[in-house]
Amino acid sequence: MEQYIIIGNGVATVGCIEGIRSVDMESPITVVSGENHKVYGRPLISYYLEGKTDLEKMKYRPDDFYDKNGVTLLLGKKAVSLKEGSVVLDDGTELPYTKLCVATGSSPFVPPFENLESVKEKYSFMTLDDTLALEKALFPEAKVLIVGAGLIGLKCAEGIIDRVASVTICDLADRVLSSILDTECAALMQRHLEKNGMSFLLGDSVARFETNKAFMKSGKEVDFDVLVLAVGVRANIGLVKDAGGETDRGIVVDDDMSTTLPGVFSAGDCAQGPDLSIGAKRVLAILPNAYMQGHTAGINMAGGDASLKNAIPMNSIGFFGLHAMTAGSYEGELYEEKTEDSIKRLFTKDDVLKGYILIGRNERAGIYTSMIREKTPLSSVNFDILKKAATTVGFDAAARKKKFASQV
Amino acid sequence: MKRVYVNEEWCLGCHLCEFNCAFANSGLSDMVLALKGKPIYPRIHIEEGDKITYAVSCRHCEDPICVKSCIAGAITKEDGVVRIDSNKCVGCYTCILVCPYGALAPGESGAMQKCELCLENSCGAPACAAGCPNKAIVYEDRSPKTNPTDDAASPACF
Repeated sequence: MEQYIIIGNGVATVGCIEGIRSVDMESPITVVSGENHKVYGRPLISYYLEGKTDLEKMKYRPDDFYDKNGVTLLLGKKAVSLKEGSVVLDDGTELPYTKLCVATGSSPFVPPFENLESVKEKYSFMTLDDTLALEKALFPEAKVLIVGAGLIGLKCAEGIIDRVASVTICDLADRVLSSILDTECAALMQRHLEKNGMSFLLGDSVARFETNKAFMKSGKEVDFDVLVLAVGVRANIGLVKDAGGETDRGIVVDDDMSTTLPGVFSAGDCAQGPDLSIGAKRVLAILPNAYMQGHTAGINMAGGDASLKNAIPMNSIGFFGLHAMTAGSYEGELYEEKTEDSIKRLFTKDDVLKGYILIGRNERAGIYTSMIREKTPLSSVNFDILKKAATTVGFDAAARKKKFASQV
Repeated sequence: MKRVYVNEEWCLGCHLCEFNCAFANSGLSDMVLALKGKPIYPRIHIEEGDKITYAVSCRHCEDPICVKSCIAGAITKEDGVVRIDSNKCVGCYTCILVCPYGALAPGESGAMQKCELCLENSCGAPACAAGCPNKAIVYEDRSPKTNPTDDAASPACF
């Protein structure tokens, strides 16, 4: 009999529970989470503000998920430290474990802006509670300043733009979505965002705040009623780091999700695991990866044998109907197609597809993603067909037969 | 369990499966009313190459990456069938990003849709297979442990 504890209650935790239960139906599982909610689709918070979902539909699993899986849920409890074989909570309770998964996610990173404390209405945009608090602060005449033009900042902007008077987004980077888009692709997306009402101050940052005004380094001044800080996130690595486990930007894990501490695993946005696309360990803070890492950890915690060898960065993000999909690394030879409102960039090297950026036209993009993840040799496919369109016609007859005439 | 499989050497490329699919999932009882003069949103599509055509729909994978990747928890697998709850879907396209078969696409409402084997609609079994004039699409069990079996019962809509 094992005693499983999972710290955190996001998607990695669901993966972990389902992974454990695919092997071990008996042993008790306890989930400890500081957040006072059952699991919800975290990336849905912007869709909630936009009115495209609601609190009921945001539930990532049905209400009876925990009961059905024999999980004791301790919400509103924070794990403060790890001892050998037990987790210490903020109320002093010690919970013994035989196998532990640290799935603590990440927290907003707030740079030390001068006089930030003078701003009354300031919000992060990471959690449901952040979202509900931000929602209360919004009003039709509100001018909103968002610091950070990354995925979180821009999704927030899209979510609120119809509920406020104006949204201005600033970023130190010279382009939007700088972590996933190159200059030209970012420019296409920025034009689209501007057409839909967003204003940008790029390559600029806040020098200081004064209650409802931001003084930018460029000398510009921005008046606002509501401030959203979406500069970036930091993995929550403290528990493992303080216990002497190996950490870097994240909690360092192998492809079985084990940390350097015995019996301790980690998964999700706090974990730094193998990234196939660069052949090194990296924090891949994306939802599919959180689930897959959690699932892998769960199977191994329960004595099964699983490894996650083909994790890559991959994102699908859309704004006002224009979708950008990206995957892998942007290195090697470039194949490109462009129209006024679409860009396709495929990167190939050493006989494999390394990565892509697709804006606008992205039907069946998963065919490309699977080629990256499976390192499909380009010499084994008809890449002249495939580069023009993501189609399984580009695979040979034997591969097609395997895909469509047999169980997969 | 039974799934949809294709025999690409027998596919005529007639696209009838796309129309049968769209009709079966339309909720209407008259095919003309359901489809004529409207854009259709079938959950199966014909792939066309130089000398080959074949139909592609959800493979109902043993280990479906779409289920693991859906940001809304809208895609589930139960009793071997991968389903999408269009009510929960927010249209983020992450399933399109990951499906190795290109088997998902947005429907008329913008929510993603995919083949659910016609089990919940009035057809009761895949309309694409039932209506395929050349048996290029079949609905049968090809799991490694069992022998292939033809679909004996005719679906309700044929």
